[in-house]
Amino acid sequence: MELNSRVPSGDITTRWTRTKFDMKLVNPANKRKHSVIVVGSGLAGAAAAATMGELGYNVKCFCFQDSPRRAHSIAAQGGINAAKNYQNDGDSIYRLFYDTVKGGDFRARESNVYRLAEISVNIIDQCVAQGVPFAREYGGTLSNRSFGGAQVSRTFYARGQTGQQLLLGAYQALERQIEAGRVQMLARREMLDLVNIDGQARGIVCRNLTTGAIESYAADVVVLATGGYGNVFYLSTNAKGSNVTATWRAHKRGALFGNPCFTQIHPTCIPVSGDYQSKLTLMSESLRNDGRIWVPLKAGDKRKAADIPESERDYYLERMYPAFGNLVPRDIASRAAKKMCDEGRGVGESGFGVYLDFSESIQRLGADKIRERYGNLFEMYDRITGEDPYKLPMRIYPAVHYTMGGLWVDYQLMTTVPGLFCLGEANFSDHGANRLGASALMQGLADGYFIAPACVGNYLASTKFQPVDTSHSAFKDAEANVTGLTKRMLNASAKRTVTSFHRDLGKLMWEYCGMARNEKGLKLAIGKIDALREEFWDSVNVPGTGDELNQSLENAGRVADLIELGSLMCRDALAREESCGGHYREEHQTPEGEALRDDENYAFVSAWQWEGEKKAQSLVKEPLTFDYVKPSQRSYK
Amino acid sequence: MRITLNVWRQKNTNAAGAMKRYEVPNVSPDMSFLEMLDVLNEDLLEKKDADGPVTFEHDCREGICGSCGFMINGVAHGGHERTTVCQLHMRHFKDGDDVVLEPWRANAFPVLRDLMVDRAAFDRIIASGGYVSVSTGSAPDGNAIAIRKLDSDLAMDNAQCIGCGACVAACPNASASLFTSAKIAHLGHLPQGQPERLERAKKMVDQMNNELFGSCTNIGECEAVCPKGIRLESIAMMNRDYARASFMERPSTGEVGFG
Repeated sequence: MELNSRVPSGDITTRWTRTKFDMKLVNPANKRKHSVIVVGSGLAGAAAAATMGELGYNVKCFCFQDSPRRAHSIAAQGGINAAKNYQNDGDSIYRLFYDTVKGGDFRARESNVYRLAEISVNIIDQCVAQGVPFAREYGGTLSNRSFGGAQVSRTFYARGQTGQQLLLGAYQALERQIEAGRVQMLARREMLDLVNIDGQARGIVCRNLTTGAIESYAADVVVLATGGYGNVFYLSTNAKGSNVTATWRAHKRGALFGNPCFTQIHPTCIPVSGDYQSKLTLMSESLRNDGRIWVPLKAGDKRKAADIPESERDYYLERMYPAFGNLVPRDIASRAAKKMCDEGRGVGESGFGVYLDFSESIQRLGADKIRERYGNLFEMYDRITGEDPYKLPMRIYPAVHYTMGGLWVDYQLMTTVPGLFCLGEANFSDHGANRLGASALMQGLADGYFIAPACVGNYLASTKFQPVDTSHSAFKDAEANVTGLTKRMLNASAKRTVTSFHRDLGKLMWEYCGMARNEKGLKLAIGKIDALREEFWDSVNVPGTGDELNQSLENAGRVADLIELGSLMCRDALAREESCGGHYREEHQTPEGEALRDDENYAFVSAWQWEGEKKAQSLVKEPLTFDYVKPSQRSYK
Repeated sequence: MRITLNVWRQKNTNAAGAMKRYEVPNVSPDMSFLEMLDVLNEDLLEKKDADGPVTFEHDCREGICGSCGFMINGVAHGGHERTTVCQLHMRHFKDGDDVVLEPWRANAFPVLRDLMVDRAAFDRIIASGGYVSVSTGSAPDGNAIAIRKLDSDLAMDNAQCIGCGACVAACPNASASLFTSAKIAHLGHLPQGQPERLERAKKMVDQMNNELFGSCTNIGECEAVCPKGIRLESIAMMNRDYARASFMERPSTGEVGFG
């Protein structure tokens, strides 16, 4: 298979403008004749559904939660980047583009990233107009903060709840279209299969989570905006419901999966406290603006933080990376924390933690200023750990947070299945091997508000559609497939709970495909995961029936897909014989222990093609070229 | 520690429900309340309990998505200041405690199963007018309108509502006034929200009444349980806007047309 990325050529600053001009348009009277399915209602999904509703298409939007406002975008804390240069500190679209390509360790497409930086400024305008209450200065202008991987202040924020406010903006725009009758919202539905007819995506099959009914929906276009798959690690900062099922089932219907092993481990999360732990909680990266990270200088130092004098503390990020200090990109900060703990200098009972200390900032700025900036984060930390971060330094440790990989899409966000688009975290496109902080919100909204509506229109205007409805045999086949899977899970020998499988998978992934990976470990993990898959289908314990509200059944389907994905992630990590961004192969490091890229042999996107049940996926490569930002060893020193 | 739970079990909206008693031994004080329920559910699964695991809604477990929520000993979210159920930790309980769990009770929130209710009425209230009518692409520069920091902060205080429904569950009248007023106050404090301010209040309050939520009688239970600290004064703002809207929001002669 040949991948056509449809990347425009010529001057990068006009690529998106020229692409839009070359697009075919659907005239206003014809728009209402087209139907669009959007799966997912987070930043990308809600923004896309609302915007396409505004344009006049017939939109159906699906989410598994009770309301579109619950999507996990809501939990993003720190902020959203935009190249506004309101601070006059040297920012520009080109600099945001440059920082993002470099931050992604030269494994993203330049064209996509430039477009993202270009659109970033429109996003802020749109959100302000919707009434998103971004932080403001006393003069009434918008406020900014800095984030990792950048030396300018370009991050817009709404206290520690930026994702919530942006999502509610998109949700409100979506509700407006629902009221107008342009969008039909189908909540508590889980997409379980994609339906292709004559080589085009023409609909989905889902389970009504309230009644258990299997329902089919037909359309001209299917847009997936179903988020990331960090829950393959069981413990992650993702919501409990976040899953890979929609994109995985689309993968099985022909959509290639891009860079599955590119996972982001976030450096500042609350450490694990026990076996019962169900998820991990992020402490926003923005805290690194005012918090200093340190560990004791001596290994095994079990004194309380307050009893360790200044001279016996190691502010290791400031020491190792003086230019960026505590604001190095996430992958680097995470690996450094792991290194400290591996050296026996970790803090807390488990030894898997480092201090994030605000005492100096509190002294300099006053507790009130710190409360204004991070009040809700400090409260959350206190509630979870029972410790007051105004008095004691926070203890933090890296945790899985975001997945850069996802369905492969071309420049117009279309997957390898014609008519199937993929947006936001669910696609692989813009962050390369490491995402910079405050860029996920930017990408979700760029895809949803601006890119997808244009590209979907182009596809609709340039494609011939045969009328189809859900009585077509392809829908019946997909329904039978879904019903069959449900039956298999309900009829298995019920020896082990879904959660116990999920925990085992998570442990394998964290151990062998987490912050550091090597050939031996990955091979071992693949064998164990494949065995886990067999055992799952043989002996999973799912109570009740398929014809009722059944949370165990929902979860079982998701975990089944995560197990298969875990195996592919390990295979991808094994095939990529280099270190880049969040993918750190121990065999490939510089003498100082930094990631060692191999641009000669691995400057490509790995796109994996499904070859059938129990067969290994095959690898298709999309070469990456860098005409503007020349690949170099990333240096934050 | 050991906790005894009395949990409302109800198979679906139309089925009759009943309280059931369960023991959870070996509860760690560092567990969240929902992790304690996870432990119970794993146990019920392994024992192949006839009622199956307890159904409750949850997602982010960080207190921001608004999915979780039920009554703990008669108090929405369990009664810790600014804390959703998912953020409530077992260190606030004692060995041997007997705890009663019930779903939100309101006519407008039918029970779906056990502790899970249907809150779609909240979405319909937002759909009736809880937005600024600005389509994608038609926005001026973000700094074109200066917004007083205080106004922006007050808007943010209200915009923090997570739509969990605790206010309704805590209210003896099952009123949704705190929820509805939070959105009206969020947008009403901002210049962007002014053109539709009165119309919005009218539509949203009318929708709230149509959903059969009760009326507000200034009891204040909602404010006491709100995990995001939304204040009663927002309801005052809503009522003021609604009253103004009742006589200001007449169609203009232009809209009525001539002759």
